[in-house]
Amino acid sequence: MFDDFMTRATLAGVGVAFAAAPLGCFVVWRRMAYFGDATAHAAILGVALSLTFQMSVFTGALAVALLMALTVTLLAGRGYAMDTLLGVMAHSALAFGLVAVSFLSGVRIDLMAYLFGDILAVSRSDLAVIWGGAALVVILIVWRWSQLLTATLNEELAYASGFDPKREQLILTLALAITVAVAIKVVGVLLIAAMLIIPAAAARSLARSPESMALIAAAIGATSAVAGLRAAYVFDTPAGPSIVCVAAILFACFSLIGWQRHSKY
Amino acid sequence: MNLITVEDLSVSYGANTVLKHVNMGVEPGEIVTIVGPNGSGKTSLLRAIIGATRPSAGQVKRKPGLKIGYVPQKLHIDPTLPITVERFMRLTHRASKNDCTNALETAGVPDLLKRQMSQLSGGQFQRVLLARALINRPEILLLDEATQGLDQPGSAAFYRQIEDVRQETGCAIIMISHELHVVMSASDRVICLNGHVCCEGSPAVVASAPEYRALFGTGTGGALALYRHDHDHHHDHDHDHGAESQEAAE
Repeated sequence: MFDDFMTRATLAGVGVAFAAAPLGCFVVWRRMAYFGDATAHAAILGVALSLTFQMSVFTGALAVALLMALTVTLLAGRGYAMDTLLGVMAHSALAFGLVAVSFLSGVRIDLMAYLFGDILAVSRSDLAVIWGGAALVVILIVWRWSQLLTATLNEELAYASGFDPKREQLILTLALAITVAVAIKVVGVLLIAAMLIIPAAAARSLARSPESMALIAAAIGATSAVAGLRAAYVFDTPAGPSIVCVAAILFACFSLIGWQRHSKY
Repeated sequence: MNLITVEDLSVSYGANTVLKHVNMGVEPGEIVTIVGPNGSGKTSLLRAIIGATRPSAGQVKRKPGLKIGYVPQKLHIDPTLPITVERFMRLTHRASKNDCTNALETAGVPDLLKRQMSQLSGGQFQRVLLARALINRPEILLLDEATQGLDQPGSAAFYRQIEDVRQETGCAIIMISHELHVVMSASDRVICLNGHVCCEGSPAVVASAPEYRALFGTGTGGALALYRHDHDHHHDHDHDHGAESQEAAE
């Protein structure tokens, strides 16, 4: 069944959606949207490096995304505001990455494939990496769920309950880097943040608890992946952006429903 | 035996020392209020007690196995985070529904279990925070400016609730507040802090202590009376406690 490229693409999209949903909820709750975006942009430098040194793209992107996220976390609150730091780091990493790619004369790389994803070219081994990474992210988040949630609400509350909120922040950072690295092939660095934020935001108006919000976000993300790929096939549109378009349309619909429900009171 | 003993505690952030050689202790069942102007290190002291701030010198000793309930200063729940009161209360403690209901009852808000946190009023929200702290039957409650955002009758009612909680559960309470006149009437002991312990004792003793008056002025002579508060006075004292005491006196 893995022989069909559409099947592999669908499985890849659903895998990314599962990892991105719970993580995306934290990104939304903690107002880290720009953080996710910046980490993803920086990953293009990782792509360039891994092509230079002939490593797997996953490893290179993971390393740079992690490095970027850790640097920003460390530097935050030391003179520059978080969004300034992110703007500097993310766009310089993106620019350096693009310049570095241009030096690679031997191989001709399709830059678009990394910026917007190349989900239709997902191989069996890509699929293994994507599902492996996604499983790791989901396990991390499920394992630390209560602590992550407490640390999101209030740092002191976390300390008083006997654990260090900074460690929880690190776990989220790690999960974010893994998600970015596995999602490059699927939606590309420019649209990863969309897969994090849009399903989670769309789930908000339907959810009554943090857990249900994560589950609904996963369902919305998976639906977007399946329907987006189908639409790309039928209308001959680029796959990654089509997935994000479906997610955005679902967001608009659910928000309108939520809005109407609220205005009744 | 003391529940918590603070010994010769100093806390600094970089070159800035906010607490110097602080000693204090809390006995079972007693209500201790820490008062002090802005920047006097009240919050740093509380953070050191819960372990969120590492002391640069000295130490905080807790009775072994001490159960602490913590009520944070402010808790911002992002509107994108849906969470019911019940789920919130069970976040850090394994608790039965019954425990939640009892804790809410003790905190004076019995019927909120199924409500969304985002729908609560300021007063209800503070009481839910209090209920959450009570759920594992703590031996000591720590309250950090717990009435911020409540109006004066609201915070007076909140402090009466705290006294009821002590009556009912027998737990000790440390609270820090800037609302001197309301807080002090509920306290067994007051510690006046300004980087160091300026003075300490029963509310009446502290209110008449020269160190306290230097920090807060004589206008708070009505410190023991609920609701009484004058805004139309000025202070022209000269004291080495620094400029912020002038602001705090207003």
